Amino acid sequence: MSDVSEKSPSTVDEQPEPVQTGPTGGVRTPSGLRLDVRLTILIGVLVALCVVGYILNPETFLGESNISIMLRLASAIGVVSVGMTFVIISGGIDLSVGSMVALASVWMTTLATQQYGPFVMVICALAVGLGAGLINGVLISYGKVVPFIATLAMYASARGLAERLSGRQTQVVREQGYLDFFRGDFLGIPVLIWMLAVVFAIGWVVLNRTTFGRRTFAVGGNAEAARLAGINVKWHTAMVYAVAGLCCGIAALMVVARTTSGASTNGMFYELDAIAAVVIGGTLLSGGRGTLIGTLIGVLIFTVVNSIFTQNNLETDIQNIAKGVIIVAAVLLQATTIRRRRT
Amino acid sequence: MSETDEVLLTMSGIVKTFPGVRALDGVDLEVRPGEVHCLLGQNGAGKSTLIKVLAGAHQPDEGVITWHGQPTTLGSPVAALRLGVATMYQELDLVAGLSVAENIFLGHEPSRFGFSQRRSARNQARDLMRRLGHPEIPPGREVGLLSAAGQQLVSMARALVHDARLIVMDEPTAALASDEVDNLFRVVEDLTDDGVAVVYISHRLDEIRRVGDRVTVLKDGRTVASGLPADTPTADLVNLMSGRMVETVFPLREVTTVDEENEVLRVAGLSRASEFQDVSFTVRAGEIVGIAGLVGAGRSEVLETVYGARKSDAGVVTVNGKRLKPGSVMAAVAAGIGLAPEERKSQGLLLDQSVADNVTLASLPEYSRAGFTDRARELRDSRATLERLDLRPADPRRIVRTLSGGNQQKAVVARWLVRDCKVLLLDEPTRGVDVGARAELYRLIHELAAAGVAVVLVSSEVPEVLGLSDRVLVMREGRLLTEAPASELTEATILDMVMEGSEVMA
Repeated sequence: MSDVSEKSPSTVDEQPEPVQTGPTGGVRTPSGLRLDVRLTILIGVLVALCVVGYILNPETFLGESNISIMLRLASAIGVVSVGMTFVIISGGIDLSVGSMVALASVWMTTLATQQYGPFVMVICALAVGLGAGLINGVLISYGKVVPFIATLAMYASARGLAERLSGRQTQVVREQGYLDFFRGDFLGIPVLIWMLAVVFAIGWVVLNRTTFGRRTFAVGGNAEAARLAGINVKWHTAMVYAVAGLCCGIAALMVVARTTSGASTNGMFYELDAIAAVVIGGTLLSGGRGTLIGTLIGVLIFTVVNSIFTQNNLETDIQNIAKGVIIVAAVLLQATTIRRRRT
Repeated sequence: MSETDEVLLTMSGIVKTFPGVRALDGVDLEVRPGEVHCLLGQNGAGKSTLIKVLAGAHQPDEGVITWHGQPTTLGSPVAALRLGVATMYQELDLVAGLSVAENIFLGHEPSRFGFSQRRSARNQARDLMRRLGHPEIPPGREVGLLSAAGQQLVSMARALVHDARLIVMDEPTAALASDEVDNLFRVVEDLTDDGVAVVYISHRLDEIRRVGDRVTVLKDGRTVASGLPADTPTADLVNLMSGRMVETVFPLREVTTVDEENEVLRVAGLSRASEFQDVSFTVRAGEIVGIAGLVGAGRSEVLETVYGARKSDAGVVTVNGKRLKPGSVMAAVAAGIGLAPEERKSQGLLLDQSVADNVTLASLPEYSRAGFTDRARELRDSRATLERLDLRPADPRRIVRTLSGGNQQKAVVARWLVRDCKVLLLDEPTRGVDVGARAELYRLIHELAAAGVAVVLVSSEVPEVLGLSDRVLVMREGRLLTEAPASELTEATILDMVMEGSEVMA
């Protein structure tokens, strides 16, 4: 710090910027370093998993069809995780995402909805997701119900409503136009993957380049400071959950396209997968910090693990154990980086 | 009785330094068994540090402590308790969800073979509450359901269960209603009749006269008078406390910054139940109005209500003639009010985000187009403001957590400078800020006033209020006592008013 003049040294922070040498040996400012090291490790893990998959199944694993299958499977959960990232950065949690996907998928595929054609089906799914998310948000911000409880209630009742609407029957999509579009390709790439990419890109821009994103970080980082800076914290919180709901509506479109049907069993455990992906991606559950790129890589890591296990005919129970280990490892890594940063 | 028996505790030449501050600079204290010994001193005189040394939470750098005439150390809070020194902090450290008995025995529950002896704990708790004159408080009651006075009794019972011979009470009446105060004093008398000594900290001279036996006065971390009788005249006590060595030179002020014609802020009849009543004042452009008073007098509450962070029950706030919607921070910010809150870290800053993010937080609409933030302009304006505030290094990308206290305060002020605020409310702006940075903040406050900003300053440091303000308002127990030009007031008159509540000075 050579720009320090002598007249009042006390205002200059004596301690140098906490410079650290991370595992990669890079020396950066705290924020830059955090992102770099963590991202590097995450990408490293993803690549390592791909290598393992390739060694186990050299012919098929990195084949075009397997990659396409993997990404299509990842697409719905990826979109849900984008919404979840917003919620968690704002300092909340949403346990109801899987149920909202189920409800939207059932509602858009009832015979009554289907008779109006594919366009109305799409609008219906988006509206149901948005509406359910808005209910969450209003309960949490204006009703002062803690997010865990409010979304737990939605978790139970949205799936219940989905069961009620569908009579627990799988509702087949009769609208060929819908299936043709969403199951099709665009420029040789499946539409589902395009959708994930577009939602992700929009999410990234909103989070990092708009006032909405900035406020999300502010509300999660210090809600009281945000309030005292004149930000409408309640309104913003409600909107964040609405965004999560909208993402669930989009995910419902994708699930319905993939399975060609709507069912109240859709979206099972999406909340767990989404939260896990967000946490692995380095977003703090306490709010105020996080990245969407990390979330995306978190989703991809899980997808690759799934693929390795299915390709090698391993049971889902082992798969779940592996997932648990990955989550713990990621959180421990996160904790140690933060501890180092604070000292 | 031999002579050593008559003195319970002595502290002599206690010195405690923190980085940049000599908090205790030679404190002497002598406490006899069965007496109420009052500690008196202004904010920053070193009372809190002394209490922490007594409680074993801080280790003195120099000095000798004796207990019953034997040199001793208070190496840790547990060691202090074992010796017989118990401390009741201002913020009671009770667990609201646990019962009275559970709180009293927290950390050393009576147990046998690892099973807690609930009945024994309850019986002992009942005995203690009876001894404190409150048999009606059941040991099984949840502490969170008790009144402030009840909680204080639990805290005292906790001290007694350790068989404390010396109980330190830090402003025990701050949260109490007047009948509860009577109660507390009765309990204190009972304790001292049993030979327990009490070190009593309070700013209220009337209380000190009622319960106190002797008084020790601290100033600038030193004992300036010890063992005075409690009925020492107010004027003498106030004189001992005032005339603090002012480490910082208050910058000279051109008297002309006040724009007499231009009244910016008008507060009329502002009230909030049980916080403050009927507060009215005006601030003109370029004027600095200081609010003096004790902690708990309602100063911060007034500021936050003017700002809309609390909703007023009655009264009107107008900015440039326009009436503000009560209870709306957004309306206040839009009208040009800014607040640097009392708790900088928990109320003011996004600690893990960059300086620029913090600076533009209240002006996001101005720094965006169609919802998209204009990062380049944010960085440019932030940097310019940091340079104006002389915050070095003027790097808007730095994470706020890594800044010093003074620079964090500047970052909060910068938030309001980028939006050209007309009224700036500063709540304890120099708390936790070292001496050098203080001087800079003082200069900055003057510069802002010179630029036409109407400034309202709340500070617990009387010299600071006097040194910076054009006009001073004095608050006591939720009411405005006096309003006067700073030039007509002295440290002693203000101290006398906030501590005694009288407007006459001997």
